[in-house]
Amino acid sequence: MKKKITQFLGFFFLRVCLYTVLAVLLLFLFDIGSKGGKVISWEFLSQAPRRGMTEGGIFPAIMGTFLVTIITAILAVPMGMFTAIYLNEYAKQTRLTRIIRLSIRNLSGVPSIVYGLFGVILFVNVLRFGTSILSAGLTLGLLTLPWTITASEEALKAIPNSYREGALALGATQWQSIRTNVLPYALPGMLTGMVLGLSRAAGETAPIMFTGAAFYLPFLPKSLGDQFMALPYHLYVMATQHHAISQVRPLAYGTALVLLLLILIMNLAVIIVRYRLRRVKRE
Amino acid sequence: MKRTSWIKLKESAIRAFLFTNGILAVVILVGIFFFLLYTSIPAFREVNIKEFFLSKNWDPTSPVKAEFGILSMVVSTLMVTLGALAIAVPIGIGVASYLSDVAHWRVREVVKPIVEVLAGIPSVVVGFLGIVLFGPAIAEVFGLSNGLNAINGSILLAIMAMPTIISISEDSLNAVPRAYSEASLALGASRWQTLIRVKIPAALSGIIAAVMLGMGRAIGETMTVLMATGNAPAFPKSFLSSIRTMTATIAIELGEVPYYTTHYYALFAIGLVLFVITFVVNLISDIILHKYQEREL
Repeated sequence: MKKKITQFLGFFFLRVCLYTVLAVLLLFLFDIGSKGGKVISWEFLSQAPRRGMTEGGIFPAIMGTFLVTIITAILAVPMGMFTAIYLNEYAKQTRLTRIIRLSIRNLSGVPSIVYGLFGVILFVNVLRFGTSILSAGLTLGLLTLPWTITASEEALKAIPNSYREGALALGATQWQSIRTNVLPYALPGMLTGMVLGLSRAAGETAPIMFTGAAFYLPFLPKSLGDQFMALPYHLYVMATQHHAISQVRPLAYGTALVLLLLILIMNLAVIIVRYRLRRVKRE
Repeated sequence: MKRTSWIKLKESAIRAFLFTNGILAVVILVGIFFFLLYTSIPAFREVNIKEFFLSKNWDPTSPVKAEFGILSMVVSTLMVTLGALAIAVPIGIGVASYLSDVAHWRVREVVKPIVEVLAGIPSVVVGFLGIVLFGPAIAEVFGLSNGLNAINGSILLAIMAMPTIISISEDSLNAVPRAYSEASLALGASRWQTLIRVKIPAALSGIIAAVMLGMGRAIGETMTVLMATGNAPAFPKSFLSSIRTMTATIAIELGEVPYYTTHYYALFAIGLVLFVITFVVNLISDIILHKYQEREL
């Protein structure tokens, strides 16, 4: 009897833990959704901030985040793929391979502000890209790299060895086998994983604060050397740095909602595509 | 004959190219360390190393005597991190146990993506919610003028560390061989007793690694603590006082500091300390996790 009561209380506690986490998430989404929803309009999405950012929209910030994420992808997607192909298809279990893997896992644990510092030294100062969308994009690219590598490798691991062996047995070289029998099947999985990584990069603030994000810049960047506005940094500015914080609070909520929606939509798309892929495989 | 050697050449060129990409991860990690080290060193021409680590006073812009002691911010960082773990560890392990042992598989299929969504919320949004949601609530409960303090930061960091702790703990609970729990159940133990006395101890190394990873994340987190802890650069008195962590100090001051001054170099020195701390924490969790996996195989 006592055993049953303890079990009941124990499982009840576990359930409470789960409900707490779900409640916090719901609270987050509800608060931002309800208060940000009131602000979002076509005007808010399509216009630049006006009157010292107390009116107008966030269009330059949306575009800035979009553009910087493209630069991030240009660096992190191919490099992530190549590294994953090397690790999964070529590398033998040597000490060097273990060191490479260890480095990748450790890179994903490096704080984002440290990437920011590294970006300031390497891209802004040493390579003289200045505080620009290029420096910020490359900094985010380095930050994203461990995620894109891991995602690509997961996808490659899921391809059965018989695919590779089939090609090799017909006389194909290793690269031919990879190109024709592995990559085409691994590609959807690779890309979905990478989208997840990029969505996280799009929400980062600390790495771009000192490498190129602008406080206020109502134009789009015209070249790689220009500064840019970005959604996460704009939210930070509107929430803490603005001269009339309480007046612009609704705009901050709107920015938060747009940022959150952007990331949730990318995540949701990935979840749906993955679900479809898994179902196709099962059938 | 000529053709085969051409193919061979191409093959090894591709291989070399891919290998170069692989080795780049090592180069970046080492590069981060050396660039930080190189940029930190000039700071110690003027600042005593002992003073840097042991002095509580950080006042780099003082016209009389600039002081560069990071003890206050190191303690602040450790404080919010420990506070976050105190919240996130029991709840995280609770959720992981629920998902692995109690929940119907359908519930698991729904909850796992939801936890991933939580992991995907940008830190700046979490920090914003700390200001607008938790801040006022904390001020109300403790009767403070504002709720931007260490508790607020701890709660937010707990939320951010939770997804990591949940998913890795759940993986290691699932990796416990079925025979263990079956033997326990056959001996008449309840499912709860089996969970507490058999499965969690068997999965402990994985759970510890999960907690370490969550800890690394909490130590390095910038935006949430920058926005929600008040940023008073003094030695913290209690969880209700406003604090300023290492990450927040870099974020606040790097934008305004003139390049190539002692202050500028000192900020990179803080970054180096941060890098080393998180590196060690991650390395330990990595070692635990891999030892554990090898044993399971």
